Amino acid sequence: MSTDTSLVVRSHEENWLPILELAVEEVFEIMLGCRVKPVPKGENAVTGEYTAMVGLAGALCGILTLTCNKETARELAKCMLGPEIADSEEQVSDALGEISNMIAGNFKNKLAGSDGGCMLSVPTVIKGGEYSFRSLADGENLETTMLFVDHPVSVCLQLHS
Amino acid sequence: MATMEKIRALIVDDSSVMRKIVERSLRQAGVELATVVEAGNGAEALAVLAKESVDLILCDINMPVMDGLEFVRQMAQVESAKGIPVVMITTEGSENHVVQALSAGARGYIRKPFTPDQVKEHVLPVLGKKS
Repeated sequence: MSTDTSLVVRSHEENWLPILELAVEEVFEIMLGCRVKPVPKGENAVTGEYTAMVGLAGALCGILTLTCNKETARELAKCMLGPEIADSEEQVSDALGEISNMIAGNFKNKLAGSDGGCMLSVPTVIKGGEYSFRSLADGENLETTMLFVDHPVSVCLQLHS
Repeated sequence: MATMEKIRALIVDDSSVMRKIVERSLRQAGVELATVVEAGNGAEALAVLAKESVDLILCDINMPVMDGLEFVRQMAQVESAKGIPVVMITTEGSENHVVQALSAGARGYIRKPFTPDQVKEHVLPVLGKKS
């Protein structure tokens, strides 16, 4: 029933992408003290030097990734922790992992019907851009790029159908 | 306004960044900290409690080795740790998790992302202070 499936997909895209964007905006505003807004598709391409990933399992199944370049990753950590303690690579990775974790949690908490039935994995952070990524999530793909000061940050949620 | 007695806090989170942020939020909430002890998971936190006495525990739920809910359950069996207030700070925001945490013995529940005001609102009452 391809028609039904496309309706479901379109409905999810229409309804869930703004929820994902709101989840991102809230995490940046509350935890980093800065406002971010989505930019139109195709603008501000993101260089993926850091990728933070959080898995979702249960009622909502898939993977959320947050991607940015090295300079942006450092700025995010600095914003979160203060300039004096965000210098080490470990803290930068840790900060990105936590941001992605909070986005995933905030997103699922906003969805009706996922109450208690969706669990998050501990975050994983990949450094370096020389890799290919293939999720076995075969459902829809919600993607948004946000401008954090002048730095693009990509957030993508790949879901199982 | 009465001066708050300085407290010893144990912060349990697998993220060192989040432990720092929780500590900063406690200070911003007006909690005077004498010492802060950190643990990366529930098992480490139980080991800390076997050696040290604390007045307040802030604990994540999703952690490797031993999660926060299991930590709270096991802590209830430790005689010397009974009565220490635990406030969960977690991305798990479902009512199911809140009920599990409170049933296990947690006294407060803060959802990430959180503001210092939310920390104040949930932590001060368990310390016997007005928020």
